[in-house]
Amino acid sequence: MNVGKAFNWPGWIAFALVLLIWEFGSRNNPALQPYLPPVSRIFSSLGELILSGRIVSHLMITLSRFLQSYLFAASIAVILGTVLGYFRLAHNLFEAVIEFLRPMPSVAIIPVAVLLLGISDAMIIAVTVYASLWPVLINTIDGVRHLERTLIDTGRTFGLNRRKILWLVVLPAAAPYIITGLRISLSIALILVTTAEMIAGSKGLGFFILDEERSMNSGNMYAGVILVSALGYLLNRLFVLGEGWAMNWRRGMLAREAL
Amino acid sequence: MPLLEIQNLAKTYRQMGGETTVAIGEISCKVETGEFVSFVGPSGCGKTTLLMSIAGLIAPSAGQVVIHGKEVSGPPPNLVLVFQDFNKSLFAWRSVLGNVRFGLEARGNHSREGDGKARSLIDLVGLKGFENHYPWELSGGMQQRVAIARALAYEPEVLLMDEPFGSLDALTRLELEDTLLQLWEELGTTILFITHDIEEAIYLSDRILLLSQRPSRIIEQLPINFSRPRNQMLTRAQPGFMEIRNRIYQRIHNESALS
Repeated sequence: MNVGKAFNWPGWIAFALVLLIWEFGSRNNPALQPYLPPVSRIFSSLGELILSGRIVSHLMITLSRFLQSYLFAASIAVILGTVLGYFRLAHNLFEAVIEFLRPMPSVAIIPVAVLLLGISDAMIIAVTVYASLWPVLINTIDGVRHLERTLIDTGRTFGLNRRKILWLVVLPAAAPYIITGLRISLSIALILVTTAEMIAGSKGLGFFILDEERSMNSGNMYAGVILVSALGYLLNRLFVLGEGWAMNWRRGMLAREAL
Repeated sequence: MPLLEIQNLAKTYRQMGGETTVAIGEISCKVETGEFVSFVGPSGCGKTTLLMSIAGLIAPSAGQVVIHGKEVSGPPPNLVLVFQDFNKSLFAWRSVLGNVRFGLEARGNHSREGDGKARSLIDLVGLKGFENHYPWELSGGMQQRVAIARALAYEPEVLLMDEPFGSLDALTRLELEDTLLQLWEELGTTILFITHDIEEAIYLSDRILLLSQRPSRIIEQLPINFSRPRNQMLTRAQPGFMEIRNRIYQRIHNESALS
């Protein structure tokens, strides 16, 4: 992926330096250790948790909740966004509702969801779907609305019906916008899954992190934090790989525009 | 029966605030199979509106377009429009081959042989070797060649062209004029061509229909009888060429001065 980009030595050295300062700062101050255990101890906790399988079940549950919510939200949002972007009447009808709901921080919906759905898997998934819906929806609407009229007329002059125009012209033309929305939603979905698990779960990485903090096992807590970030990082890498494959036609174009 | 007949076609646009603009006053004409007919007129005379009406992309306010004795009430299946904005009309996410294949796919041809057909069309418009390039990698002239090949892949009886070479530089323009004439002679497609370049119209056409300022109507019909195949140097050097050019120029000039 990193075409012609050299390995960033200074960045990694700085990072290693921070870890070293943390490690020895913690070792030399036992009073600090309940809050900031040495890095080495965090990693050995992580290793034990993985080997014993204790954290793996939490990871799997978080991952499955994330995937269900994200994929569901993405499909709904792309379909809805295409309709709202394409049909002016539909857009006018829903614009006020969207503008009203969109700026609300999604975590604010958690108490509402708990009230309606109780402390359950359904609640966590509902909250995550809700939150990750918006970026895809807004970007899809934008992408479809900004289509060149000529592009749609091209589809029409070639005798395509509405369904085929949507499928063969509108969706691929709006794809760069849609993918931007999908990328933003990826991070948001992960944030909401962990947050909801902290508030209302008995399983999952979010629950694990909070539970270990309350049990004063800061080593385990940090191990959980590391695992969540690793999950986020991996999912992002995977997304970028898929994006590069799907948007192959744009690669050189963007490079040229950047010049 | 003529292939295509325009009967008392008129188009009035209603603008915001209720004001109306009459784009097309009243136009009637006939086009025979295999003809190359150009509409020439001052800019803003409603040429594009006329072509869009023939293509069934906008509905006329009065009158009708009849093809093979059937009234046009939507994009007709045996006709395709090539737009002036080729960079807005080409599918950026499809390669040259993919774009040309679209013309076949729009006809429901997804077969392997279609691939060979698309390739031979690409060859015919002079883009051999660029099959796997994306539109952004091509110059304007090459992009319009792709658009023409895509339109021809659809195998239309009538090819409508809306100032297709209007945004190209002079030399590229001459090259494309010759490519178009070659294709026309080879395939026998009927062509309706719009331009505001008087000499281009004379060079290409069998017949020129001169349009007035808005609200446009046909003010003169000129048969162009130079022998074919035409030649950029010899045809344009014929004594009659400048005579016709000057006559058209004067006619349009006087018309503009009147209004």
